[in-house]
Amino acid sequence: MTNSLLEMRDLEVAFTLGKQDYPALQQMTFQIGEKETVGIVGESGCGKSLTSLSIMGLLPGTAKITKGEIRLDGKSLVTSSAQQWSGVRGKDITMIFQDPMTALNPLMPVGKQIAEMALLHLGVSRKEARQLALDMMAKVGLSRVDRLYGDYPHQLSGGMMQRIMIAMALICQPKLLIADEPTTALDVTIQAQILNLLRDMNHSTGTAMLFISHDLGVIREVCDRVIVMYAGYMVEEAPVEELLDHPRHPYTAGLLQSLPGADKRGRILYTIPGRVPPLTGRRTGCPFAGRCPSATAICAAEVPQMKKAGEQHLVRCHLVAG
Amino acid sequence: MKWKQLVRNKPFVIGASLIGLLLMLMVMSLFYTPYGPNEMNTAMRLAHPQPSHWWGTDNFGRDIFSRIVEGTQTAFLIGVSSVAIGLFFGLFIGAIAGYRGGWTDEVLMRLMDAKLAFPGILLAIMLVSVFGPGLGNTIVALGLMSIPAFARIARSGFIQYKEFNFVKAAVARGAGATRIIVHHILPNIASPIIVAASLRFSGSILAEAGLSYLGLGVQPPDPSWGRMLSEAQPFIVNAPWYVLITGSVITVMVLGFNLLGDGIRDVYDNKS
Amino acid sequence: MRFYIRKLAALFLTVLLVSVITFLVFQVLPGDPAQIVLGVDADAHQLAELRKTMGLERPAAERYLSWIKDTSTGELGTSLRYQRPVADILQERLPVTISLAILSLGLTLIIGLPLGIYIARRDGKISALFLSVLTQLGVAVPSFWLAFLLILIFSVTFRLFPTYGYVPWHESPLGALKSLFLPALALAIPGIAVVIRYLRNTLLDQSRMDYVRTARSKGLRERSIMYRHMLRNSLIPVLTIVGLLIADTLGGSIVVENVFALPGLGNLLITSIGTRDLPLLQTLVLYIAFIVVCINFIVDMLYKIIDPRIRLKR
Repeated sequence: MTNSLLEMRDLEVAFTLGKQDYPALQQMTFQIGEKETVGIVGESGCGKSLTSLSIMGLLPGTAKITKGEIRLDGKSLVTSSAQQWSGVRGKDITMIFQDPMTALNPLMPVGKQIAEMALLHLGVSRKEARQLALDMMAKVGLSRVDRLYGDYPHQLSGGMMQRIMIAMALICQPKLLIADEPTTALDVTIQAQILNLLRDMNHSTGTAMLFISHDLGVIREVCDRVIVMYAGYMVEEAPVEELLDHPRHPYTAGLLQSLPGADKRGRILYTIPGRVPPLTGRRTGCPFAGRCPSATAICAAEVPQMKKAGEQHLVRCHLVAG
Repeated sequence: MKWKQLVRNKPFVIGASLIGLLLMLMVMSLFYTPYGPNEMNTAMRLAHPQPSHWWGTDNFGRDIFSRIVEGTQTAFLIGVSSVAIGLFFGLFIGAIAGYRGGWTDEVLMRLMDAKLAFPGILLAIMLVSVFGPGLGNTIVALGLMSIPAFARIARSGFIQYKEFNFVKAAVARGAGATRIIVHHILPNIASPIIVAASLRFSGSILAEAGLSYLGLGVQPPDPSWGRMLSEAQPFIVNAPWYVLITGSVITVMVLGFNLLGDGIRDVYDNKS
Repeated sequence: MRFYIRKLAALFLTVLLVSVITFLVFQVLPGDPAQIVLGVDADAHQLAELRKTMGLERPAAERYLSWIKDTSTGELGTSLRYQRPVADILQERLPVTISLAILSLGLTLIIGLPLGIYIARRDGKISALFLSVLTQLGVAVPSFWLAFLLILIFSVTFRLFPTYGYVPWHESPLGALKSLFLPALALAIPGIAVVIRYLRNTLLDQSRMDYVRTARSKGLRERSIMYRHMLRNSLIPVLTIVGLLIADTLGGSIVVENVFALPGLGNLLITSIGTRDLPLLQTLVLYIAFIVVCINFIVDMLYKIIDPRIRLKR
């Protein structure tokens, strides 16, 4: 692993509902190295998006960080003031979202929305910002950018809008790009194009990437390393090939089984029985115990700790010998 | 009805209390008022509020409290009957428009939209100017003003629900149109209708006040808050309480029904 | 282009419908319009005479067509009471009502928009309570009673504005402004309440939208997010409300003009009811309705300017 760019240590995020706090993220500890691409995978409701929002400092009003630390280049983000935040957000860390159709302001020309970013963080003139935006639009594979600059989001296709979002996110050459399900809302053919673009941009600009998806297949396309999350906990972390070949956590194994592939053609896809428990209904013990096919007494009693299961391979399971 | 949620909804509770208070006053006024509403006392003209006349007296020495309490009867009568007229014809028109669709719908809805071109009390003024003022004509005019609000709700209800499976299933069972409407569609649009009725009630009260102030609404001897306000206007300097009290009572009633409507909407919208 | 044609066709249709309704109410519903003008105790000779002047011997459809033809060519007829062309009377009265409406709308926006933004930005328990009390009261109060209160406070107690009457603009602009200020304010207050409530709710809805999250992730300050991104998006729904408010203002001015004895259209309307001046009344009502329909048309056009999405749709 190269130098660590982002470091998250023992982060805990809780939602306050009524008078009670419900932890939604617990014991989150991981790092992202410079230029590295890390994926987070898991079902909806397991805390993937919450992880990215806490890095961005954009947690919803009812959620707060109750414990732990997030550092970017060694500087703490948790204790940053609103002032310091706006210097980080958009400049050092940027984000692209699931649905590009709603993520862009419908009443502002798309080019202007990109230029706004440059204007805000790069200290350039309006004219320079416009030029930078045009260049960036060309770089993300958009054509006829002069005309496109003045178009409104509703005039563009979903794929084009996501390219606009990527151009916006990368124009200030951030250190880290968070992509939260960036291809989920798009057609399959467009998905592949966007994934290729993100991978290319990672190679050419050296921007590190945190890639969030519910789809291991998508993660495999882009990421070096992958973190599997379940019900607010990291349950497994490993280089992507290692994880795919030797999953150690029963949840990861289930995810892999439910992945479509050439060898499974013609068979009914496996689904993990049950659902992620809701925030208010989480009990003690291993978060996955309720759905785990091989759960034992200790699983219901105690939260397992992350332990080493190989070179760069961590897993949170009582059943895996350390 | 979701009584438990309604009871915890502040706008609903405040609105219901205000209306309840006014209803009690109205019932009381049917049997008793401190003075006769038209009983003049020339020795006590424009008297301050005092123990013998709680809200003072007007320029003829009539007891303002008695007159206002008497006026609750007119207010409720106008509100209830104009909403009833609007509701009856509105539901009818909306149902036909929604159920038939096509040209019928287009024509009826354009007609409802045309009402928007006659802002505020203009439509009522037109009718009253031709048929003459008075309690009956005021009620009819205000009732007509309320029709479009109900028609629109009924129409969207019918359009929406005639596509629903349970309605289709009822049709398939061979249930008659009346049965489908009464048992399947009306219960589903009940809450927006109740909300609209509440808001139209307060709309009618406001419109009546304006009409009667202009001398085009309720005529003597029928009591009217709006007319009391126009009688009070010349004495705004000498007897400001006359104007203040009368207007406040109108405001309280309008406020009550608005809050009631908002409260019901809160409860039913949040659920669905 | 198709957008404009459709909107113009709708405008034309509405005006036609409105004119039919007006004609029906004044000419057909009463049975004998001449009877309305002269009252129940008119003698038969007078009635016959008036029926002739009003052209009542012709069938209703024919009268309607000739009325429409005359009106659309600017031939508005003659007032029975004033014995003057209706067009001349309208020309005198219109500026008063228009000034009142513009001033009132101006006050609504100048007071309502900033307050709506302010309250949306510091959305807390106390401001929410204050807001709901204020807006509920604002829409519950009869505007002409509000006018009384304003007179009591500003004219009687502080002697800042005249109690009633109108000073034409060409005589004294300041005088005109002073004579119109209280009536405009009385008309504006319910509108202000509506605008505040509506803008706040729209802004709070917008603040939960994805594009606002994007703007935050760009590192924009809350201020820029509000003014550069959310406000314009919120103005579209607010514009609908403003269109309705203009119509309400015209409706409300019928009563409020009479409180302040302002010689506008509303005042003329009530006077002509008193004098049973049916030709004047009929034209006046059509005129007011026509203004309202045109305003709705203009609002539709404004939508297109603010919202680029409409340019392609439809």
